[in-house]
Amino acid sequence: MARFVARRLVGMITVLFAVSVIVFVVFMVLPKQNPAQTLAGKNATPILVKNIEEEWGFDESLPQQYLSMMKKVFTGELIQYSPRIPVLDLIVEKIPATFSLTIGAALIWLFFGLLLGYLSAIRAGGWLDRILTGVSIAGISLPVFLLAPVLIYVFANKLEVLPNGQYVPFEEDPVEWLKHLILPWVTLAVLSIGFYSRVLRSNMLDVMNEDYVRTARAKGLSERQVMTRHVLRNSLIPVITLFGLDFGATIAGTAIITEAIFDIDGVGNYAANAVAKFELPPIMGVALYGAFFVVLLNTIVDVVYAYLDPRVRLGESAS
Amino acid sequence: MSAPLLSVKDLRVGFATEDGVVQAVDGVSFDLRPGEVVAIVGESGSGKSVTAQTLIGLTRANNARIEGSVKLGGEELTSAGDAEMRKLRGEQVAMIFQDPMTSFNPVYRLGDQIVEAIRAHRPDTSKKQGRQRVVELFEAVGIPDAERRVDDYPHEFSGGMRQRAMIAMALALEPEVLIADEPTTALDVTIQAQILGLIEDLNQEHNLATILITHDLGVVAEVADRVLVMYAGKVVEEGTLDEIFYDPQHPYTWGLLGSLTRLDRPRPHRLPQIAGSPPSLLDLPEGCPFRPRCPHEFSKCPECPGLEARLPDSSDHRDRCWLTPAEKREKRMVEGQIGLEAPRGVGQA
Repeated sequence: MARFVARRLVGMITVLFAVSVIVFVVFMVLPKQNPAQTLAGKNATPILVKNIEEEWGFDESLPQQYLSMMKKVFTGELIQYSPRIPVLDLIVEKIPATFSLTIGAALIWLFFGLLLGYLSAIRAGGWLDRILTGVSIAGISLPVFLLAPVLIYVFANKLEVLPNGQYVPFEEDPVEWLKHLILPWVTLAVLSIGFYSRVLRSNMLDVMNEDYVRTARAKGLSERQVMTRHVLRNSLIPVITLFGLDFGATIAGTAIITEAIFDIDGVGNYAANAVAKFELPPIMGVALYGAFFVVLLNTIVDVVYAYLDPRVRLGESAS
Repeated sequence: MSAPLLSVKDLRVGFATEDGVVQAVDGVSFDLRPGEVVAIVGESGSGKSVTAQTLIGLTRANNARIEGSVKLGGEELTSAGDAEMRKLRGEQVAMIFQDPMTSFNPVYRLGDQIVEAIRAHRPDTSKKQGRQRVVELFEAVGIPDAERRVDDYPHEFSGGMRQRAMIAMALALEPEVLIADEPTTALDVTIQAQILGLIEDLNQEHNLATILITHDLGVVAEVADRVLVMYAGKVVEEGTLDEIFYDPQHPYTWGLLGSLTRLDRPRPHRLPQIAGSPPSLLDLPEGCPFRPRCPHEFSKCPECPGLEARLPDSSDHRDRCWLTPAEKREKRMVEGQIGLEAPRGVGQA
C-alpha cells in the first residue's frame, strides 16, 4: 500500500508540473501582446510595465521565464498590481469562505444522495422508489441560477427566516455562519443529491444480481446484513470515486456561480472578478489553485479506491 | 433404509412475467437420506437450479408462486417464515455455487467472509475463534498454507482453490444437507476430479446428504447414488445410478448418455447431440415436453405420461415415456450403444 501511495504522489506532482507549464504557455507565451502589459492591468503606467518586464525577465529564454514565474508562485510573490497585493494572501484569505461552502454542501449532498439512493434501491419498483425517482430527476434538472433566486425569494424575502447571502466567518459568529450558509449549501447540493441517488440506486440494483449476494443470502445473513455489508458496500466504490472528482471540481470552480449569486467573498468570486477585470495574476493564481485541488482529490480518490477494492492495488504481490 | 432427511413432494415453482407464467419447476418429488448423493441432471433451463434454490427459499419473490411441500427433518419449509429460513441456511442446509470466481465478494478477505457465515448463526463466536475455525476448515478441504491464506482476497486464489474455500464455507457449521449447484462446471477437468473427490470424501466423513445439480453425466457417474433427470421443469426419469446408466428408459436420457464422449469407445463420425433445443417454458408443447425433439414420437405422445415405475423388477426406477420396456430396449441402441437417433424430419444436418 505504501508503494502504491508513493507512486500516486509522484503521478500527482507530474500532473501539477504539466499544468503549470500549460498555464505558463497559455498566459505568457501564446498571447501576441506584451505579457508585462497584460500583467500590469488596463490602466498601468509605462514605468510599471517596464518594472514588471525586468522583474519577470521577459527578455530571457522561455525556460528561464518559466522558472522565474514558478519561483514567484512558490514564494508568494505572484502579485496583482492594482492594488499591489500578493495573490496568495488573497486566496488564503478567501479559502475559509469557499471551504465552508463546498465542504458543507458536499457533506449534505453525500448524506442525502446516499440515503435517497439506498431507500430507492431497496424498494425498487415500489411507490417510495417512484416518488424518490421523481424528486431526484427534479433536482438534477434544476439549474443553480434558477434555484438560487427562488430560494432567496422564498426564504429571505418572503418568509424572512434566512439571510439572502454574504459570508460571516465561523470564528466571528457560528450561528450566523450557519444561517448564512444554509441557502448556498442547499443550492449547491440539490443537483448532486439527485444525481448521486440515481447513481447509487442503479449500482445497487446491478450488485444485487451478483453471485456473491446470493452466496451472502445462502449463508444465512439477514436481509439488512446482505444489503449493507455486501450490496451497499460494493455499490459505494464507484460513488466514492465520483464524489472525490466532483468535490475537487466544486472547490476548483463549480462553486463560482453560487458564490457570485450569494455574494460570498470566496475564491470563486475572486476569480470571477479577476476575469471580469482581466487581471492576469489572480487568474493564474486561481487556475493553479484549482488544478492543485482537482489533482489532489484525484490522488486521494485513487488511494481510497485501492483501499476499498483490493483488486486495484496493482504492483503489490499476493502477500 | 433410514428415514429421509429431506423430502420434496410435488414441488412447483412458477414465476409471473410480462409474457405469462413461467413454470420453472413442475411437480418434482424426491427423498434425500443422510449420506446419500442425489444428482439432478438436465440442460440449462430444465429447472434444476431453481429446484435447488427453492429448497432454501432463495427463489422467494413477489412474482414467484411456490407450491407443494419441502420437509426437512419433518418440518415444512415452503410455509416457513423468512427468519426461520434464514436460520436454516448455512446452519442445516449449505449451498455451493457454480462459479467460484464470482461467488465470493471481491472486497473482503476470504477468511472474513467465512467468519461472517459462522457469526451469522453463532454471534458469540469471537473473531479469533472464527479465524481459527477457518484455518481448520481450509486444512480440511486441502488448501495449503491455510494459516496465511485465510487473509487472502478472492482474486488471490485460483479457481479450484476458490471452490475449495467455498466448500470450506459450506462446511463451517456442519450442515446436514449440502446443495452443490454445478460445483465443477467452471473448473478445469483435473481440478473437477479433485473437487468431486473432495465432495465424496466429505460426504462419507460427515454423513452429509448431498444434492448435486449438474448437466454433466460424467460428474454424476463419479459420485451420485440416485439420479433425477429433468426436462422442461419435469422429472422425466429417476432411478439409481446403475439404472440410469445401464437401463435408461426415457429417450431424453438416452440422448444425454449418447452425447457423452468416451475415450474407451471408437471415435464417432461426428459428436452425437440431441437435435433442437429445449422448449420455451412459456410455450410448452402439448403432452410430453420432449416430443418435438424425440425421434420415437408416436400416437400416445400428445398426452403427457405420468412419472411411473414401468419395469416389473424396480419400483424406484420411474420414467415418463409411453413406450413399452421392450420397445425402449430396442430403440435406445444406436450403432451398438445407447443413444438417441436423429429425429425424423430434422434430417442429418
